[in-house]
Amino acid sequence: MADTKKLAIIATKGSLDWAYPPFILASTAAALGYEVQIFFTFYGLQLLRKKLALEVTPLGNPGMPMPYGMDKWFPTFLLAAPGMQSLMTSMMKQKMKDKGVASLEELRSLCQEAEVKFVACQMTVDLFDIDRNEFIDGLEYAGAAAFFEFAGDSDICLYI
Amino acid sequence: MSNFDNELDASGLNCPLPILRAKKTLNSMASGKILHIIATDPGSVKDFDSFSKQTGNELLESKEEGGKFHFLIKKT
Repeated sequence: MADTKKLAIIATKGSLDWAYPPFILASTAAALGYEVQIFFTFYGLQLLRKKLALEVTPLGNPGMPMPYGMDKWFPTFLLAAPGMQSLMTSMMKQKMKDKGVASLEELRSLCQEAEVKFVACQMTVDLFDIDRNEFIDGLEYAGAAAFFEFAGDSDICLYI
Repeated sequence: MSNFDNELDASGLNCPLPILRAKKTLNSMASGKILHIIATDPGSVKDFDSFSKQTGNELLESKEEGGKFHFLIKKT
């Protein structure tokens, strides 16, 4: 169809919270009939691992709400304490589960079912020495020029 | 609630799951059939309105009843 709308996304972040926007927007756009492509580069490549081990950090993020109003009184330097990041991550995951927020694995597979095309940036795959076997199947490996081939014709283009 | 052919209970699910599940269910339905969706996400009211506008599937009814949101969508 010539009038199919297109959404192009560049996913550059590899934390639990930042992994949501690309997958939410891509799956929803696909459900609305868009043709969607996500170009994963730098830390965004973490979203393509077979086993996702993404974390969220309160460090350097004054906007992150914390339990017991800790974001107001807890000393910032103590957020760097060992175990703090995994504690915050498990609390965030529990909260998401309680609120009926989809898991990243579910959103990612819904994207793939809806034929969202995932493109991994070959340059950064090489840069980080990532073995292709560590990634899920069905990826395309390409560079910036390939991204523009799709993005140049897109109706919406997002850098996340 | 008037007649419908399929039902989807998306209670407890949050954005964008109700939309994604609805789309999936509509895909399996024949044209002209009606899907009844039940949701608890308040954002789904505006979302299903936008969904039908963009996909062409007709939103026949949208209402709140007993603390839940009900939608009737006719597949085009």
